Amino acid sequence: MTFRTLSAYSFALLLGAATLSACDDDTEKPATGTLNVELENVVGSQPLTLGQSYSTLAGDQITVSKFNYIISNIKLTRDNGTVWAEPESYHLVKQAETASRSFAIKDIPTGYYTKLTFTIGVDSARNTAGAQTGALAPDNDMYWSWNSGYIFLKLEGTSPQSSNGQIVYHVGGFRTPYNTIRTVSPALPAGTASLAISKDKTPQLHLKADVQKIFTGPTTIRLSQLSATSHMPDAKSVQLANNYAAGLFSIDHIHTGE
Amino acid sequence: MQGLRIAPLLAAALAGLFVAACRPDADVQPPEAVPGSVLPANFPAPVYGPEQNPPDRATFELGRSLFYDPVLSRDGTVSCGSCHQQAVAFAHEGRALSPGVQGRLGTRNSPALQNLRWRRTLLWDGGVANLEVLPLAPITNPLEMDETLPHVLDKLNASPEYRRRFQQIYGSTPINSQQLLRALAQFTAGFTSADSRYDHYVRGEAGGTLDAAELRGLTVFRAQCASCHATDLFTDETYRNNGLDRRFPLDSGRAGITNRPGERGLFKVPSLRNVALTAPYMHDGRFQTLAQVLDHYDHGVVESSTLDAQLRRPDGTLGIPLTAQQRADLQAFLHTLTDPALLSNPQLAPPK
Repeated sequence: MTFRTLSAYSFALLLGAATLSACDDDTEKPATGTLNVELENVVGSQPLTLGQSYSTLAGDQITVSKFNYIISNIKLTRDNGTVWAEPESYHLVKQAETASRSFAIKDIPTGYYTKLTFTIGVDSARNTAGAQTGALAPDNDMYWSWNSGYIFLKLEGTSPQSSNGQIVYHVGGFRTPYNTIRTVSPALPAGTASLAISKDKTPQLHLKADVQKIFTGPTTIRLSQLSATSHMPDAKSVQLANNYAAGLFSIDHIHTGE
Repeated sequence: MQGLRIAPLLAAALAGLFVAACRPDADVQPPEAVPGSVLPANFPAPVYGPEQNPPDRATFELGRSLFYDPVLSRDGTVSCGSCHQQAVAFAHEGRALSPGVQGRLGTRNSPALQNLRWRRTLLWDGGVANLEVLPLAPITNPLEMDETLPHVLDKLNASPEYRRRFQQIYGSTPINSQQLLRALAQFTAGFTSADSRYDHYVRGEAGGTLDAAELRGLTVFRAQCASCHATDLFTDETYRNNGLDRRFPLDSGRAGITNRPGERGLFKVPSLRNVALTAPYMHDGRFQTLAQVLDHYDHGVVESSTLDAQLRRPDGTLGIPLTAQQRADLQAFLHTLTDPALLSNPQLAPPK
């Protein structure tokens, strides 16, 4: 019984302390947690390795030398329908830079989230804004300087099927009719009802980006027909964007965290 | 009521304070305003307002050093100031096309740089939408500076002098691209042209007299030219095909940015400020004189599918008919747009 008494006593103390500290702050801060996001670039069932040869679903051979993309405006929808948006949400992912393939989203209100939404690319406001830093700095190899705006996705490599042996896809553009900003909501893994954000556990969300899906979807793209996008927004960029919006990203699994 | 009675006293005291503050000190000259911090009364609201990058002497001077420093080019031979010369409103004097590194010729006429705070888009094709990122186009163009932004930053970071100046302003190292671009924007945003004789005339200021020919020219201008060369900025910032060519195989203009076929051959309507000094004219510098430009509008406009509707007359002919007298008067008026305050402001000249 001693234990119970003590515990009740300490509870009261704790509560007092909590109340006191709450008084220090005019606004009561809701409890928040962190989500780690990990990006894994794959080609079908295999992990993507730069310099290695793969096959598209249509049977073309491709060797990737560069694969970069920008994910932005990440939003999480709770089971009660409220939406939380990550502030200043811009993430540049480069296959060649391991550190860029994982990032933490902080200060998410605790709760159960049933939907993840994000943009592949950069909103038009930032495409026309002044000089940016971080993921949007113009010296990150993802910016067009003469037609200013961001390259949303860059895939470069070689293919024996390409007319000149090269594959150079630089997809971007935010103006009608060649707007390639795409917003996606990949489903939670089968059997996972929600993503729990809490103070004590940091779950890890494992996203896969499947290079094969760039060549398939609404339009099947053969490398013999499309070796390069012109270095500006055009109809081919829109085809690629429609494809990657349809299936590039999937949530492979979620670790509930420690 | 107590408060009300005290208020006049307080006001008087405050007024005294202001009066004291305003009284010039015999020994101390008031600091000169940083160029770009004053917005002319006869201009519309700016696009890149001073609040977006508050003018500050040290940053302005840093931007000035960068503007005139050929370190921005790959081989250290070309600066912004090479092709944008103050004496001709930051256009390139007498050059249709300008040489970049190794004498490579560009494809378009180096435009005057003035009143950039008011520009919604930049370059002849409007490819750049924000003054801060404008320098990226010439820096990375292989025909101009042929340099990369990371390499420019490496060079700046290797300079103790630049490191010190950037750190003093931005408080951090190494120098990053945002700092570089914002410093340059402070300088280029200072190229305000609003003190021509025409400006004094429209603002009703001393020295603002136009003679008879200039006034007749102004009347013709308002009737025939001002629908495109609009406002006291003398551009409506639209893109138009002004009938220079029938086809556009080498330079499709705005269509090169938007990829829209209906915009082939369209170029930005340029401002006419300081136009008497910015020859040669048009996006490719094809006309040497203002007389040639006016002749073009009178009888040189050619047909194409994207020709601007304002250059089509009801009778099916093209252009803007102008009598010899009207052309002479227009030229007289256009000379009133020359602004010595921009052309000879020592604060905009290469640093000593």
